[in-house]
Amino acid sequence: MTVFERELKNGKFVCSECVNCNKLVWPPSDFCNSCFSKVRWRQLSTAAVLVEFSKKDDTVFCIAELEGTIRVMGALETDAKELTVGQELHLVKCDYDGKEKFVFHVK
Amino acid sequence: MRKVALVGTGLAKFTKDDVSIESLMLLAIKSLFENTQNVTQKDIDVVLTSTSDNSKYLSSIISELTGLTPKISHSVESLCNSGANSTVSAFAYVASGLADVALVIGAERFDSPGLVLEWDKSRGQYKHPIYWSSMFTKAHMRKYGTTKEDLAIVSAKNHKNATANPYAYFEKEYSIDEIMQSKNLTEDVRLLDCSLPCSGSAAILLVSEEIAKKITDCPIWITGIGQKTISAGFTKNTDLTTMKSTIDAATDAYKMSNIQPTDIDVAEIHDAFTICEIIELEDLRFAKKGKGSNYARNCYETQDRKINPRGGLIGSGHPLGATGIAQIVEIVQQLQEKAGKRQVQDAKVGLVQNMSAAATSSTVLILQS
Repeated sequence: MTVFERELKNGKFVCSECVNCNKLVWPPSDFCNSCFSKVRWRQLSTAAVLVEFSKKDDTVFCIAELEGTIRVMGALETDAKELTVGQELHLVKCDYDGKEKFVFHVK
Repeated sequence: MRKVALVGTGLAKFTKDDVSIESLMLLAIKSLFENTQNVTQKDIDVVLTSTSDNSKYLSSIISELTGLTPKISHSVESLCNSGANSTVSAFAYVASGLADVALVIGAERFDSPGLVLEWDKSRGQYKHPIYWSSMFTKAHMRKYGTTKEDLAIVSAKNHKNATANPYAYFEKEYSIDEIMQSKNLTEDVRLLDCSLPCSGSAAILLVSEEIAKKITDCPIWITGIGQKTISAGFTKNTDLTTMKSTIDAATDAYKMSNIQPTDIDVAEIHDAFTICEIIELEDLRFAKKGKGSNYARNCYETQDRKINPRGGLIGSGHPLGATGIAQIVEIVQQLQEKAGKRQVQDAKVGLVQNMSAAATSSTVLILQS
């Protein structure tokens, strides 16, 4: 299991960040894809923005954007009748069971 | 750079048969040699195999099984656009003078490991292609007012076209109502909005100008090539109403061949889902942005076969590594006026657009008679 997967399983969404230029490298990698410097692991903010969404059965799934750059697909648990692209979300849960899992709520 | 011609084609019917990748490839190669005069095994100096199958040393195995001893032999894997990409590699070998005669074979089994890209962590638990296609569909609907009926028309058109394609997996028409009522896989994508993974194979022969003259009196020239990779991860598509990789690949292909979108008589484009065809019609500049659905609707209502005459991926089925090659086979047959009931009249210039993994990469080819 990678650091990324282990941290997800511990409920933390970490991303590789360049030690030289501070770029967040997503999906995670061993080196910065701008300057090839080493990366460190940094936990991301849980604040997110709704980019797009749809629904399978009764579950909303979405693309959410974190820190203005990291986009990820996850479940959006909500009772809201209307969702609006651009509205604020927060990441409430993440996990790893062979697949990466992210769960968001409306802020 | 030397001119490169397509002079031979072979196909095997798309099915759900549980047969080996080698057996599928043999069927298409046998078909190509039966269809192509004045070529023998000893003439082939490149063999490229296109597939996402978990196979090893496949191009050499296929060479041995078909009595070929090529100079250059390897596989090309790029998920759904492996076919067009392997063709570009073959083009480069012939155009450069490194080789004269290149055989490209694409094949896939219905249970291909290429159906899901596990690497893409940005998709979270939503790795199946129905999820990315739902995102494109929702975004296009919101921005341009595209409707579920617009999507259904693409499926109806391509299934109808496929009924004239003896190699297609699907053999019946579907009404717009049947498509509208087909099972909802998500809120935005229904079963009949999707192409179906299946088993199938296709083969083509690329040769230099000098060799082309000896083989056929109706060579089809590859005059334009464009390829673009923007990423591997789906969420790097920043604008979900468009396919940036297709725009870039098309721009390069049109420029290389010195033709305009209005010059294209017939096209095979990558309708993995109905929304893909609508967006591609716009990004290939056949229609203005937001008007792709109008364009598809007009083709359907006037029974114009210009777009996806073999039925596209939706009507023919989608054996990943074979798809790009099968698209090229169709355009070659159209430009040679050998497409039978599917023939688009006076087709002189054709286009192939083949893309991968939620449009993170695209390849566009221009073919001319």
